[in-house]
Amino acid sequence: MTNDATTAPQPAAGEWPLWEVFVRSRAGLDHKHCGSLHAADARMAIQMARDVYTRRQEGSSVWVVRSDQIVASDPGDKEAYFDPMEDKVYRHPTFYRLPDAVDHM
Amino acid sequence: MQASIRPSGRPDVRYLLRLGDTCLILAQRLSEWCGHAPVLEEDIALANMALDLIGQARGVLSRAAALDGQGFDEDGLAFLRDEHDYLNPTIVELPNGVDGRERPGDFAFTVVRNALVSTWMKAWWERLRASRDAELAAIAGKAAKEVRYHQQHAADWVVRLGDGTTGSRDRCVAALRRLWPYTAELFEDDAVDEAARAAGLGPVASELQAPWRADVDAILREATLEAPAPSAFRSGGRAGRHSEHMGYVLAEMQVLQRAYPGGAW
Repeated sequence: MTNDATTAPQPAAGEWPLWEVFVRSRAGLDHKHCGSLHAADARMAIQMARDVYTRRQEGSSVWVVRSDQIVASDPGDKEAYFDPMEDKVYRHPTFYRLPDAVDHM
Repeated sequence: MQASIRPSGRPDVRYLLRLGDTCLILAQRLSEWCGHAPVLEEDIALANMALDLIGQARGVLSRAAALDGQGFDEDGLAFLRDEHDYLNPTIVELPNGVDGRERPGDFAFTVVRNALVSTWMKAWWERLRASRDAELAAIAGKAAKEVRYHQQHAADWVVRLGDGTTGSRDRCVAALRRLWPYTAELFEDDAVDEAARAAGLGPVASELQAPWRADVDAILREATLEAPAPSAFRSGGRAGRHSEHMGYVLAEMQVLQRAYPGGAW
């Protein structure tokens, strides 16, 4: 989801606020974004997320965040923000060997 | 046209039919919302709950068929009995609205009924986990988790609507007034209950009243609603004496199975 980093969208009058849903699968370590829904409050948002996004056993944990609380990078800044990483291979941890005792990362 | 079947009058079978038929008929009523609920997510939630209830009905009716010993199965029992052989309490067969003619129904009425019934089923399933019938105990283990969610979902909506606008509150009050007299039937013991207790199959109906009332009072208090006064009215669904609404539910449920016996997808 990409927003202008400075302004948040306002819900239309009479419409419930929008929430983004993140689900962690049973075997996973991190919550992944899987969709959004409209709900009146946080408790309803969690229940709806459970009903809509986990009914096929997709997960064991659910986060919901109001969409207007998410701050996203500006797509106009993409070049300045992300292109410089292309040629900085020395930042990747590939030049040393981990000792066997800790090599499970 | 497929003829009706009659289960035996064995008390353990009747006890299980009361449980299984409650799930089956409530599932029918909830599924009437599919495609018509006020909000997309609630449409899915109600359909999910109907599916949970059908799963519970399948387990219980299969067990009842086995104990009945006449060679019936879950489908036969679900679709081929006559009205007086269904033993669900009347409260679950009522249409989804106060006046009975709205389609798909009144959402407040639906969530108030869900709250009253799922609170009762929660108390029942929790105690059935200790049943001496291993299969019933296993079904109860799964169902207890499902019904906890159903109850929480319904209770949250009752609180939102009861402590909501004047309009939503009025509908909750009307729903409570309409539904309350049908709850008395849920807690009346008879010979079937006594036989179930003696055999360790499950608790008697009256045992569920105190926990049910405590939970319901807590929900109503938070919803700023009041429990209606008790009435002398007694519905008779658990004894097979149903309201005028049951015939319509069964007609819709049974028409295909009766017209195409043994039909399968």
